[in-house]
Amino acid sequence: MNNNQIESIVQAVMAQLGASGESINETQVVQAVQKTAAADNTSFADIEDIASPEVKHRPLLDNPADPDGLQRMLAKTPARIGVGKAGARLKTKTQLALRADHAAARDSVFADVDEGLIERMNLFAVQTCCHDRNEHLTRPDLGRKFSDETAAQITSHCTAHPDVQFIVSDGLSSKAIEANIENVLPAVIDGVKALGYSVGTPFFVKFGRVGCMDHAGELLDSKVTCILIGERPGLGTAESMSAYITYGSKVGMSESLRTVVSNIHSGGITPVEAGAYLAEVIDMIMKNKASGVNLKK
Amino acid sequence: MNNEILSVGIDIGTSTTQVIFSKISIENTAGFFSVPHISITDKEVIYKSDIYITPLINSYLIDGDKVRDIVAAEFEKAGFSPADTQTGAVIITGESARKENSAVVLKKLSSFAGEFVVSTAGPDLESVIAGKGSGAQSYSEDNACVAVNLDIGGGTTNIVVFDCGKVVAKGCLDIGGRLVKVDKSYNVSYVSPTAKKISDKLSLGLEEGRTTSEQALNALCAEMVNLTEQALGVYDKSPLAESVVTAGSTPLVIEKPIRAVCFSGGVADCIYNSDREPLAYGDIGVHLGKAFRQGRLYSDYTLIRAKETIRATVVGAGTYTTSISGSTISYAERILPIKNAPVLKLTREEQQKLFDGDVPFLKQKLNWFMEQSDTERVVLSFEGERNPSYLATKRCASCIGTALHETLAPGEPMLIVTECDIAKALGQAINADFGEKRDIICVDSIDVEDGDFVDLGKPLMDGLVIPVVVKTLIFG
Repeated sequence: MNNNQIESIVQAVMAQLGASGESINETQVVQAVQKTAAADNTSFADIEDIASPEVKHRPLLDNPADPDGLQRMLAKTPARIGVGKAGARLKTKTQLALRADHAAARDSVFADVDEGLIERMNLFAVQTCCHDRNEHLTRPDLGRKFSDETAAQITSHCTAHPDVQFIVSDGLSSKAIEANIENVLPAVIDGVKALGYSVGTPFFVKFGRVGCMDHAGELLDSKVTCILIGERPGLGTAESMSAYITYGSKVGMSESLRTVVSNIHSGGITPVEAGAYLAEVIDMIMKNKASGVNLKK
Repeated sequence: MNNEILSVGIDIGTSTTQVIFSKISIENTAGFFSVPHISITDKEVIYKSDIYITPLINSYLIDGDKVRDIVAAEFEKAGFSPADTQTGAVIITGESARKENSAVVLKKLSSFAGEFVVSTAGPDLESVIAGKGSGAQSYSEDNACVAVNLDIGGGTTNIVVFDCGKVVAKGCLDIGGRLVKVDKSYNVSYVSPTAKKISDKLSLGLEEGRTTSEQALNALCAEMVNLTEQALGVYDKSPLAESVVTAGSTPLVIEKPIRAVCFSGGVADCIYNSDREPLAYGDIGVHLGKAFRQGRLYSDYTLIRAKETIRATVVGAGTYTTSISGSTISYAERILPIKNAPVLKLTREEQQKLFDGDVPFLKQKLNWFMEQSDTERVVLSFEGERNPSYLATKRCASCIGTALHETLAPGEPMLIVTECDIAKALGQAINADFGEKRDIICVDSIDVEDGDFVDLGKPLMDGLVIPVVVKTLIFG
């Protein structure tokens, strides 16, 4: 989109606003923009997404000595290399991409997992002792436990003493769950069942921390407990999910007794393959009756 | 943990036969919290045999029994028994590969030991193997440039072009040091058809049983170098250029300008060193080396010092033919190793039909393939999706499982190879429905082409990976 196009869009929006008098509010601006967009066939569809991998892989460096070499380096890393500079600072495009990525990370932390997804996955939903997102972020201890009522709900809804109990939780990235869970959970459940293990009733925990799996495991007396939880997003991807797996979960157990498989997302270990791999890890944990550092590899 | 593989390479060339042993180290290079990622971390040649003149019964037939004796003696000298080797390759190269009894020789060597991997090279594969063994490939990769390797042997010159370590062109010319055999008194005892063609064109009068001269041999070799340089685009092609292209080799197409040149093969020693006595080997090798040294390939490009010259092919065969599958795979261990399984590779469009669940299509394709190649065993291969949904994976698994189960003879295992990292999920899904009916092997991160053959070895690294050898057989 060139400057002339932008100019003409701004003029069209101003014309829309001009008809409505002197004082204008936000709603009016939005409406005017939408009207202009609807009237303009080129619309906003051809505006590039500056956070997309295609745009990020385009070097901003002026006059690289070896353009092919730079392109090869860019293909090997999601890091922001070959971005050039304007004086002592980053270029505007880099700065905007950083802000866009940061916004995506924040959105991912603050957003809730789509309830439609939880329903589609046939998961019943509970909440930890946190009342809202702020408490979830500031009080990790509350994110590790359930109230007595919630505990009662869990025990009444779920099959007790399963071989394997699966829990899904938003953790620090709701987007990670939305992006991966539909392809990981059924794959790992089918895999574990095919190995002959019983699988408990999977459920969803809102405002969860990894430690809530210990409380749940204790309540349901599962042999193996596995939580699929959103990882704290970085500026690289906001969609990365981890699986923490323990044998004989107990509240207060050592963190070193958790086996973890991290980096599950489309650019890391892909969800479907992760599901199949997790089934094998769970099989190994069941056979060794141990997880984490006790699981000698 | 079993993280070293002993690999053997045997090269039976037009003029020489060699054996090497190498140690391939594999390691889990992924972090503690990640899915294991096993890769080859080191390759080391630990034993090099003497260089033998390839035993022949007459000028056409390789003496299989004598070759077997050489190999057996070298195993003993190296201190290994055939059972120690987990992988490796026998490569019959150059003009030898076209002699009628190659298949028989291979058989003699394959019955030699149980776990021994047997493979043969077409002229193209030989080029690639030599380019890896000479170090041209790693030079191209490390320096991110276009590098060509010329493996100049007795009968052929195998050419491969790498760009950033990837093969971008390959080819083979009937140019080599033993195209003319001549003794120190310039008595010619053999002239190959190609040498004859060049001689006639230049009116050099080379003929078996007649004498020739220093000048005639120099002129012949200069023209051979010229023809090689034409093939690589240094000069425009003359009418003679086509006639030296080896039958059955791929046309050499150079798309990007070459920056570096590497010479390997027996003649390479005579290129890098100018102190060899002419006719020292009873052929024109030294003359040819000198001619290359005076040519533009030697002077106009960055010259790569070959890590291996006469041994490039055997080192390549013993060290670079084995690859490692992805680390998340699915297999029935008791049926491994599997050898010489022919590959049916689906195109992207055909692969889409698997993900759409088109069983009749796949059954038809499988039946056609097994009829065409007269085989009961088939490796189904396709690229795969990089990030498929679970539903699509299950649909694909069910399609593959159903079609293979209904097409394969009873007892035949289902063998699936993909490029994308999806084998564990796919294998698990096929296993869920067909695991009790058939053995299933599903591995990924392996690049194969339609018409290739694969060997699948016994699992390594506590069963995380299996070694895979992909090969192109030229004997039906």
